[in-house]
Amino acid sequence: MKTNATPLSPTGQHSAEGLTRRRFVQVLGAGLLVSVTGPALAQNRRRSSRGGGGPIAARIHLGADGRITVLTGKIEAGQGARAEITQAAAEELRVAPEAIDLIMGDTRLTPDDGITAGSRTTPSTLPAVRRGAAAAREVLVEMAAREWGVDPPAIEVADGRLKHAASGRSVTYAELAGRPSLAKAFQRPVGDGVTLTPVKSWRVMGQNFPRPNARALVTGEHRFPFDQVRPGMLYGKVLRPPAYRARLVSVDLAPARAIEGVVVVWDGDFVGVAAPTTHQARKALAAIEATARWEILPHPSSRELFEHLRTTARGGVPSNPFAGEFAQAAQSLERTYHVPYVQHAPMEPRAALAEWSDDGLTVWMGTQNPFGCQRELRRVFDLPADRVRVVVPDFGGGFGGKHTAEAAIEAARLAQAAGRPVIRQWTREEEFTWAYFRPAAVIDVAGALDAQGRLTHWHFVSINPGGAGLATPYRAPQRHERAVASQDPPLRQGSYRALGATANNFARECFMDELAALAGMDPLAFRLANLEEPRLRAVLIEAARRFGWEEKARRREPGVGVGLACGTEKGSFVAACVEIETDPSLRQLRVRRVCEVFECGAVVNPDNLRAQIQGAIIMGLGPVLREAMRFAGGRMGNASFERYRVPRFSDLPELDIHVLDRRDLPSVGGGETPIIAVAPAVANAVYHAVGRRIHALPVSAA
Amino acid sequence: MKTSVRLVVNGRQVTVETEPDRPLLEVLREDLGLTGTKYGCGEGSCGACTVLVDDRSTHACLTPVADVAGKSVLTIEGLGADGRLHPVQEAFLAARAHQCGYCTPGMIMEIAGWLRRGERPRPEEIPARLEGHLCRCGSHYRILEAARRVLASQPVRQP
Ligand code: FES
Ligand code: FES
Repeated sequence: MKTNATPLSPTGQHSAEGLTRRRFVQVLGAGLLVSVTGPALAQNRRRSSRGGGGPIAARIHLGADGRITVLTGKIEAGQGARAEITQAAAEELRVAPEAIDLIMGDTRLTPDDGITAGSRTTPSTLPAVRRGAAAAREVLVEMAAREWGVDPPAIEVADGRLKHAASGRSVTYAELAGRPSLAKAFQRPVGDGVTLTPVKSWRVMGQNFPRPNARALVTGEHRFPFDQVRPGMLYGKVLRPPAYRARLVSVDLAPARAIEGVVVVWDGDFVGVAAPTTHQARKALAAIEATARWEILPHPSSRELFEHLRTTARGGVPSNPFAGEFAQAAQSLERTYHVPYVQHAPMEPRAALAEWSDDGLTVWMGTQNPFGCQRELRRVFDLPADRVRVVVPDFGGGFGGKHTAEAAIEAARLAQAAGRPVIRQWTREEEFTWAYFRPAAVIDVAGALDAQGRLTHWHFVSINPGGAGLATPYRAPQRHERAVASQDPPLRQGSYRALGATANNFARECFMDELAALAGMDPLAFRLANLEEPRLRAVLIEAARRFGWEEKARRREPGVGVGLACGTEKGSFVAACVEIETDPSLRQLRVRRVCEVFECGAVVNPDNLRAQIQGAIIMGLGPVLREAMRFAGGRMGNASFERYRVPRFSDLPELDIHVLDRRDLPSVGGGETPIIAVAPAVANAVYHAVGRRIHALPVSAA
Repeated sequence: MKTSVRLVVNGRQVTVETEPDRPLLEVLREDLGLTGTKYGCGEGSCGACTVLVDDRSTHACLTPVADVAGKSVLTIEGLGADGRLHPVQEAFLAARAHQCGYCTPGMIMEIAGWLRRGERPRPEEIPARLEGHLCRCGSHYRILEAARRVLASQPVRQP
């Protein structure tokens, strides 16, 4: 394995400093890596893709010094994967989590565990890591059993030590790490047959375990992608069109080229500069911008957005197939909901440092999708997999927004032309303009009730946000649910925390409140009368109880209202009750209190889960209170934190978070679903407060 | 046109050869290798770049380096002493007041500035005092907890 200039750190402290092979071996632990030769390791990695089948060695390395290195293709962006995967490995290896170094997101070293998104880390990566760790433990037990001539079940493992009680013999992992036969044994594939520790016997999982590299975050030592440095590195900038759908007609690069130390690249649509400092790069870019002439083509504005999405719906907008039944129904209702584009706005903008060497292309970047970005880079630069390495230092927030490789491609193009490493650090304005957005949505809903207030027919057409959360969890004997794409979404769009479930659940849960009113029922009672799913009922009932729903919903206080909403997505269940205060114009809307109850099976790390729920609730307040991208003439009108107001300290509601820990159920992810109840609960509270139904986000746009 | 700017950074006298209008943030990060101070917006509206200039909380992204000539700049890297964490850093660790941690240095410097200036905002005043600091992960509650703890534990220095 060629490892010159391969920075690596087991603690997320990837720093783009050179690393020799010797150091590499040291880091991974001399015990094993020396015998797993480079090509074999790379091969192992490929075979082990997506959660199983690969050799143990692709996942676990034992060091003769007692350190254990675990490898995963997942990344850490604040959601807590580093802690939880460490716990998972520690659990099955029967060691303290502190004994483990976790290497994440490095396409050369780690298995491809897929994209870090869709709440997949908990239900698929944790079991894959646990299987690898359990298989490693089994191999070690077998080795010791053979040496001692005893039965493997007679050997106990705790704290990295194997013991045979009857004979009093014992040996540590560290001692076994040196055995030549171990390297061979670790080439054994991780079979499906390994037994995982049952929840009731968990010692490390199910406990709080803080992020292992937390100290480096508070000292400023941790190097985020934005902070990466390589010797001789230049800072890159690229020429952006003044509007979407603009074409470069002409440009004069001479003034920029005249600036000392500046490299200018023009290749088709791509014009970029690289310079020894950001300041010089900015000046060079300004010189280019001053000469650039553009042809600007028409682009729909955010005012026309919803009309545009409807008219561009692929195959047209499906109509309600139950029109006849609706005419006969005791009660029926139709509504349309609008959700604008919003931006993830992670605090760390996109950043990538690219370096070309004899090894090919190495990129340090913030992405939730290291292997996907590697594929993008391979395609653009026409390189084989072993010539492109993507390394992902722990980065500053993703929320579904960092799946793509644009900053990396820009950096790599500039670095290729400059013959030196180049870092691309997006500005906030670029982030708000050229990153992809959470899709806007137009959602048509219709429902029919029988005389008892039970849903009989359900029609739900969701244009543009995607199919996540499309299916209603309520009982509806006749249902017609369709997700329809737009053929011409005006902005780049992609995933976002909980995907389309945010929009779909907003529409559905607001509509359920209107149906409840139609049936003359309380929103809680109406939902329960139409809901069978026991896990969703459980969170809803618990949230209402903790919040004191019945009493608060009866109370009338001018400008104060309560609302509730629930939902399920990715196998987890959430319900929220909120209390708001507002003026009639809704401009002074404030969320006073949120009570949210969540259930995602057996909880892996309670403290981390709470942090995720807090984060989802606060993030979820943004799109309901204020967030919406505004654009006209192809120009973004609010591409800054001043004009696009994300939730701040002054927006914080009083929070009551409660998790139902179902240790009898498999663990699923918890970073996304907690967001989907927030917006509809607030919107429903607005009606309670001022008697206005909300059919669009943010509510101030109503 | 480059000029020499002399300033004190984390207690050390430094001289940088630089264009005088460059933002302090870029000089810290690119010339002095102090990447603990973060870029979040470049226009004074997120607080990620907060440093202390003569103990005053300052947006490094908006401050031309020439403006701090002869002054003393403290960054997150200079906060602890002798390998020990500063009490605000300790409080952030104890309260787990970070998710991604990108907003963390700016938050810590803001609160450390209060302590250094002898200010002790009351618990209910803290959110308003942090209003200019954005966190997208939603670590706000834990940041407040860290701030409250450290304020409660730090005696007011007599000037
Ligand atoms: S980077 Fe200076 S305030 Fe945002
Ligand atoms: S912890 Fe990620 S931005 Fe605050």
